[in-house]
Amino acid sequence: MAHLESVPMFWRRMKSLYSLIGVECLNCGKKYFPPRLICPECGGKEMKDYRFKGTGKVVSYSIIDVPPKGLKYQTPYGLAIVELDEGVRVTGQLVGCNLGEIKAGMRVETTFRKIIAVNKNGVIQYGYKFRPEGYPRINNGEKK
Amino acid sequence: MQNGICGIVGYGSYIPRFRIKIEEIAKVWGKDGSRIAKGLGVVEKSVPDMDEDTITIAVEAAKNALKVAEIDPSEINAIYTGSESHPYTVKPTASTVAEALGAVPCVTCADLEFACKAGTAGIQMCMGLVASDEIKYGMSIGADCAQGKPGDALEYTASAGGAAYIIGKNGCVAKIEGTFSFTTDTPDFWRRDGAEFPCHAARFTGEPAYFKHVIGGAQGLMDKLGTTINDYDYFVFHQPNAKFPLRTAISLQIPTEKLKEGLVVRHIGNSYSGSSLLGLARILDIANPGERILVTSYGSGAGSDAFSLITTDLLPEKRKNAPNVDDYIRLKEYVSYALYAKHRSKIRGI
Repeated sequence: MAHLESVPMFWRRMKSLYSLIGVECLNCGKKYFPPRLICPECGGKEMKDYRFKGTGKVVSYSIIDVPPKGLKYQTPYGLAIVELDEGVRVTGQLVGCNLGEIKAGMRVETTFRKIIAVNKNGVIQYGYKFRPEGYPRINNGEKK
Repeated sequence: MQNGICGIVGYGSYIPRFRIKIEEIAKVWGKDGSRIAKGLGVVEKSVPDMDEDTITIAVEAAKNALKVAEIDPSEINAIYTGSESHPYTVKPTASTVAEALGAVPCVTCADLEFACKAGTAGIQMCMGLVASDEIKYGMSIGADCAQGKPGDALEYTASAGGAAYIIGKNGCVAKIEGTFSFTTDTPDFWRRDGAEFPCHAARFTGEPAYFKHVIGGAQGLMDKLGTTINDYDYFVFHQPNAKFPLRTAISLQIPTEKLKEGLVVRHIGNSYSGSSLLGLARILDIANPGERILVTSYGSGAGSDAFSLITTDLLPEKRKNAPNVDDYIRLKEYVSYALYAKHRSKIRGI
């Protein structure tokens, strides 16, 4: 898990992790997250930063009991594939609700949380996670 | 500084959803929980999630403030975060907040510490920069994941939460009529470098510390502005518990009706640097245009910053853009003392 302790690697991904910034192909308009240098769709090499709205729906999820290093004390937690409203699918942890409230199709939005702190002396890595849309104006995962 | 030249353009709050009841804490230490809760005027307190800290709370509150302000984050040229639980001893909370908001790189950032009043000190710094036209907008945040030693009196109230305020000249939801500070060297509460939990001087935190400075700040501001108690619709004082601000109100002959709406401590405990700023946010959530608010923070060590505010016609519409304090108070999930100890890393070895 050496990559988790790489400060430059975290720093290079910071804009994506903090603000869900991906790219948009200037040729065909296709959006990507995480960012790509070349568009797989049209081969275009001109990409510009695109800030995703951060809202979407859960496509699929799993409850994690055996986590990677650094997440031991957060278990059990929900990990979901979320389809953003722009059509891109991303993976993220689900917070702000009970595990029993998570379901496929539920609307979610990004929130800013600690992702991992591998040890007490290392850099704390922050970034996006997902929570029920409309938080905190929710009730058991449903908007009031 | 000319009175009313700048004000609050946007404000936002954030409170974690977990709660622990005072009785649950008291049960562990063999104390009478209902008696403690009644004495403090606090029923329960907020507890951060495992992946929440002062930085994540500050970012959430700041994002809500931006929604209310309806401005581009790149227009904010100063960000100050006041806290006594910054996640790093060396490395600013404020720069992470600025990056997360999209306010970088043309922004000055700094972390402040003055026990529970560093957030209001940041507001005063923003006021100076805005009034002198050095910046268009400045943001100050008061946020904490408050520390309290297991079994200590502080543990019953030390909670988590924060509020962010954007200061500017135009588009204000409340104009700042004036500010006044009252500071002395009074060692009532402290945490030495490297120490995990703060210490306090028990009853000494009352009369020569909290009451002297809060009353000195509030009265000093009214004297400066030539206002009286009757000129204000709401009062907010720092809330280590509900008892202290209520006693302050009695001392100043303030009707308790003018104080009770901002007493969020009853429901969430003392969020240290977030405390008085969350109380103010609760008032801004319900106030009508043209109403006057006097807010006085308190930071041990010791000092108070007092502000006189008057709400504007923009407040009712702009505050709809973000969740309010009551939304966060209502969404709650209770935890046991064991889970609370895990969330707050009070279990040795975590």
